Amino acid sequence: MFQPRPTPGRRAPLLWWAAALAMLCILIACSFAVGSASIGLRESLRAITDFDPSNTEHLLVHELRIPRTFLAMLVGAGLGLSGALMQSLTRNPLAEPGLLGVNSGAAFAVAIAITLGVIQPAVLMLFAFIGAGASAIAVFVLGQRSTRGNDLSRMVLAGAGLSVMLAAATTILIIGGTSQNQTKYASWATGSLQGRGYDVLPATLVVILIGSVLALGMSRTLDALSLGEDSAKALGISTQRAWALGLLGIVLLSGAATAAAGPISFIGLAAPHAARMLVGAGHQRLLPLSMALGALALLIADILGRILVRPDEVGAGAMSALIGAPLFILLARRMLKAGS
Amino acid sequence: MITLGVLLCVLAIVALGTGTIRLSPPEVLHALTGRGSQRDLLVIGSIRAPRVLTAIGVGAALGAAGASFQSIARNPLGSPDIIGFTTGAATGAVAQIVVFNAGALATAGAAMACGLLTAGLVYLLSYAGARTGGQRLVIVGIGVSAMLSAANTLLLAKGDAELAAQANLWLTGSLGGRSWSDALLVLLALAFLLPVLLWHSTGMTLLEMGDDAARALGVGAETVRRVTIFTAVCLSAAATAAAGPVAFVALASGAIIRQLIGSRNVPIVPAALTGAVLLLGCDVALQQLPMQWQMPIGMATALGGGLYLLFLLTRAPARR
Repeated sequence: MFQPRPTPGRRAPLLWWAAALAMLCILIACSFAVGSASIGLRESLRAITDFDPSNTEHLLVHELRIPRTFLAMLVGAGLGLSGALMQSLTRNPLAEPGLLGVNSGAAFAVAIAITLGVIQPAVLMLFAFIGAGASAIAVFVLGQRSTRGNDLSRMVLAGAGLSVMLAAATTILIIGGTSQNQTKYASWATGSLQGRGYDVLPATLVVILIGSVLALGMSRTLDALSLGEDSAKALGISTQRAWALGLLGIVLLSGAATAAAGPISFIGLAAPHAARMLVGAGHQRLLPLSMALGALALLIADILGRILVRPDEVGAGAMSALIGAPLFILLARRMLKAGS
Repeated sequence: MITLGVLLCVLAIVALGTGTIRLSPPEVLHALTGRGSQRDLLVIGSIRAPRVLTAIGVGAALGAAGASFQSIARNPLGSPDIIGFTTGAATGAVAQIVVFNAGALATAGAAMACGLLTAGLVYLLSYAGARTGGQRLVIVGIGVSAMLSAANTLLLAKGDAELAAQANLWLTGSLGGRSWSDALLVLLALAFLLPVLLWHSTGMTLLEMGDDAARALGVGAETVRRVTIFTAVCLSAAATAAAGPVAFVALASGAIIRQLIGSRNVPIVPAALTGAVLLLGCDVALQQLPMQWQMPIGMATALGGGLYLLFLLTRAPARR
């Protein structure tokens, strides 16, 4: 049984917010300046304040790095919030859209769409929603089946199986596809923000906003649910309705994030846990901070991916796993008592 | 058992006849007894026999390893591919190809070494207070596996393009272009390691009743666990070294054979046979597909095995 412990004493939400925002500003500046071509901080800031269209460096910052930075933040925020929703709904501390196969489902659906020759971001996103929804439902059903309450590892296993299978299916689609699709798709499929720009930004922004409003509106419901189903019922909360709304939020957020940046794991796991440590389990504080920390985490992953193997890049998805997996193992050790 | 053996022989003969030059079963048998035409002898001796033997060896190694793991983890889902050992072996191989590029033998060695290292790591991480819990082993393995996959991506991005492409091909798990050395590697591993598992199979069976019960009957629980895990990891690493990562064969063979013959004790040899039949059958089936749909066998088993895993999850009540 997973009950987030309220941790009294560490209660200075404003301070954490200020810290998170300051970090975000610093990282945004770094993200503008870092990449295969190093452009100094000053020059990259000048590209914004005093834009000179004939300067290639300025163009680079404008056309590639600015949209990429904002996309990373959007996607990270979406994943962080989606992870928080999943953890609260399933009361499984190891739940998150990447590990449970929701992102792989979205990615597979997008791969199908690309194979069919769809190019409009909005339509791709629609496919992503369907894929995310289908795999989310599948994994919840499998994870809940036949056990009273919930079984942490069962859901994670179902998610892992689903992910491996869908990733293989996605790879097969790419291998069988045209070489043009292959190149376009290969970097995306490993969770990379490389070369994603203004074309996907508006649609992503709109959907993540809708999903966020929906999720943040559920704060009280989620608080009630965390007391247990019976208490929630006593408070007049409809569990079915909460699940339906929550699922919709998860699908919108994970689907949009995956359609924009490919399948990315562990951000949705790490952000809510970190937020819970900072401000406790109350959802009105937890959800927004999960978003902010998710944005931070993905931005860090993306910047690191650009620095580590210069002049090449590693997808933010791989970097997130490198950073996030140790945390997952730690959590798993804490949650699953020996021999269980 | 006998049925499986016969099935395997039939499959092997069919497999030896499959390819661009089709041979009928009689032709294959003639060639095997050394009376075929020059052409048939060449095709079978240098191309198909190694491929078929590798498939059988890899399948058998994975099957035996899978059955042992499932027994140790007390969980039908504990298998070397889920627990990340195959990913670890793959990381070793990729690192070798991309960083050192010292040839096929070095790749196999690196895969073995890293598979073992990964196993040690997962074991240590899931170890708590003198016993390893089945659930924790599986979950920690999933985490380690994810991390290693990411490391593979990192290595591929860092390496030069040509080597990365080579490593990438290896990563999809393929039986195409297997040589005698691949076949020998995995068959040798089987010859040495299978007896060890058989030796401990009684111990494993008793362990399934719980550590205390086993101890009462004079089985050193953790010793059996360590030896078995070590041996099974060596087997799966050898399999990975020979054919690249082939997902889910280990998981499926153990589970299927338990369905078929019940689980009175740990069915090491039947599981090995099942694995061999599965992999060889899969390979033959894939070769029947038209050219543009040719896919690496690792991908195919991941697809089929993933489905099977989900099916198992719907069936199996969660074991505590």
